[in-house]
Amino acid sequence: MNLATISFAYLKARRLSTLLNILLLALGVATIVLLLLATTQLDQRMRRDAQGIDLVIGAKGSPMQVILSSIYHLDVPTGNIPYKQALEISKHRMVKKAMPLALGDSYKGARIVGTTHDYLTHYDAKFASGKRWEKVLEVVIGAEVAARTGLKLGDKFHGSHGLGDAGDAHEAHPYVVAGILARGGTVLDRLVICSVESVWAMHADHHEIKDINDIANQMKEEEKEYTALLIQYASPIAAAMLPRYVNNNSAMQAASPAYETARLFSIIGVGVDVLRGFALVLVFSAGLSVFIALYNALNERRYDLAVMRTLGARPRTLMLLLLFEGLLLALIGGVLGIALGHGLAELLGHALKAAQQVSVTGWIWVQTEWWVLALAAGVGVLAALIPAWRAYRTDIAGTLARG
Amino acid sequence: MFSVRQLAHAYDGKDVLRVDAWQAEQGAQWLMLGPSGSGKTTLLHVLAGILRPSAGQVTVADQDMMALSPSALDRFRGKHIGIVLQRLHLIDSLTVLNNLLLAQYLAGEAQDAARVCEVLASLDLDDKAHAHPHELSHGQAQRVAVARAVVNKPKLLLADEPTSNLDDARCVQVLDLLLAQARACGATLVIATHDQRIKSRVPNHYELTGVAA
Repeated sequence: MNLATISFAYLKARRLSTLLNILLLALGVATIVLLLLATTQLDQRMRRDAQGIDLVIGAKGSPMQVILSSIYHLDVPTGNIPYKQALEISKHRMVKKAMPLALGDSYKGARIVGTTHDYLTHYDAKFASGKRWEKVLEVVIGAEVAARTGLKLGDKFHGSHGLGDAGDAHEAHPYVVAGILARGGTVLDRLVICSVESVWAMHADHHEIKDINDIANQMKEEEKEYTALLIQYASPIAAAMLPRYVNNNSAMQAASPAYETARLFSIIGVGVDVLRGFALVLVFSAGLSVFIALYNALNERRYDLAVMRTLGARPRTLMLLLLFEGLLLALIGGVLGIALGHGLAELLGHALKAAQQVSVTGWIWVQTEWWVLALAAGVGVLAALIPAWRAYRTDIAGTLARG
Repeated sequence: MFSVRQLAHAYDGKDVLRVDAWQAEQGAQWLMLGPSGSGKTTLLHVLAGILRPSAGQVTVADQDMMALSPSALDRFRGKHIGIVLQRLHLIDSLTVLNNLLLAQYLAGEAQDAARVCEVLASLDLDDKAHAHPHELSHGQAQRVAVARAVVNKPKLLLADEPTSNLDDARCVQVLDLLLAQARACGATLVIATHDQRIKSRVPNHYELTGVAA
């Protein structure tokens, strides 16, 4: 016998009320934890994918669309940019590194990205098998693409036009899988990556191209196009100068990943805030429900409390008993809620995976969750405060004389 | 032993209890008699240390009860005084075993399952250790209440109207039980009652006459 076992016995004696309180609290905590896990991971993923990319240059249009389409590969591109102008920018003295992207095709929903070997190096890509592409039409596929499509080294496949699943297949030239990447937790996981020339080869007028491996020299300069350029600045001053230079002196537009993702998060943030408010209301009602349950229990239990005093319990022992009961309820609800939150995050992860979006998992622990548990515990103790005070003031002789 | 001197208690400005002197030897067995309203329960609560009288002196087992701090009084009550309440008031959420262990825990004594089992066995309750109070008959529940009162081997055992509402056979059984248990732990026994049937069985009587208005 100790305070914990006594509290537990009382909670067990009032099963239904206990269950309701635990459930309410668990739902509130689960919602908070789910939001926490989802936003933390989304934030992490987006940060990692945009790391080291200071500026994206694409066709004129919505700057957020430029960022979403060329860094995260979530949206469709705003259009293409002329090869010559892109080349000029790449050689600008304020540019340290420029990675071209040529988009337009996909394979079973995975985007085919024409770029340079720099792109792989930038995301620190590791190979699970095979190697980088060397020739036109050789591709490297991300881990998720490999898992989903079942493509293996040396397999040939036809890309389809457009970024959806419904486009016409490019029957003329099949791609060959030259390498498969290890899972890196970056955007590469869900991409098919090849040289820019491979993408050009799919779209060039086939009659003029005699040797596909020499396509870069055979194509006319004005027919060559990129979709976007990922830029790394040479110096911090570039942040102030380069975007303006691009926007004023070319038909292209510059978009800042940092700015646009911040803007995106502030838009998502409203929804997250609403959900979080809802979760807090749940936690608050759980606290109220615990309070009412303990307060009512006091009436049923006034003889028990008086008897405990005759058995030698001090007033503060009874007070602790009630506080402990509130705390125990809160901790059970809190732990259950955290488990539920992780379970839901994992489910959400599976749903997102099916939709080939950003991946979310329930198998991580965010430090803030300790605070959520502390919040639950605090609510439990707070709810028990008034009942505990009443227990403290139990009038033994008066109670026993009446009954 | 216990002694009471010049005791008076007022409630809401009205005198409800007055005792000039009452003294009992350790191990003695007493009946506290009187019509209802004469202050039996009040005096019992004073002896139990759950009610501080307005005036007077109360000594239990050589301890001046009035000199104890509230918290020390709680401890003292838990260790040295056992009470069988009229309505028993067993804790229904706990098993019989845990009701007794609770008495040890709240008194600050070591929790001794062997002692608990010994007491339960002496009251023929061994097979009820894991039952909840609502599963017991009234007689069994009463024996559990006695067991809980004596588990800490008190110096003073108090019982409030233990035989009211019992038929003659039961009445004798309960009385025997209280006498035997008090003797077993050497406790002074005080039974507050208005039950005339048990008068002949207990040697010492103390009559409360009530407070003259």
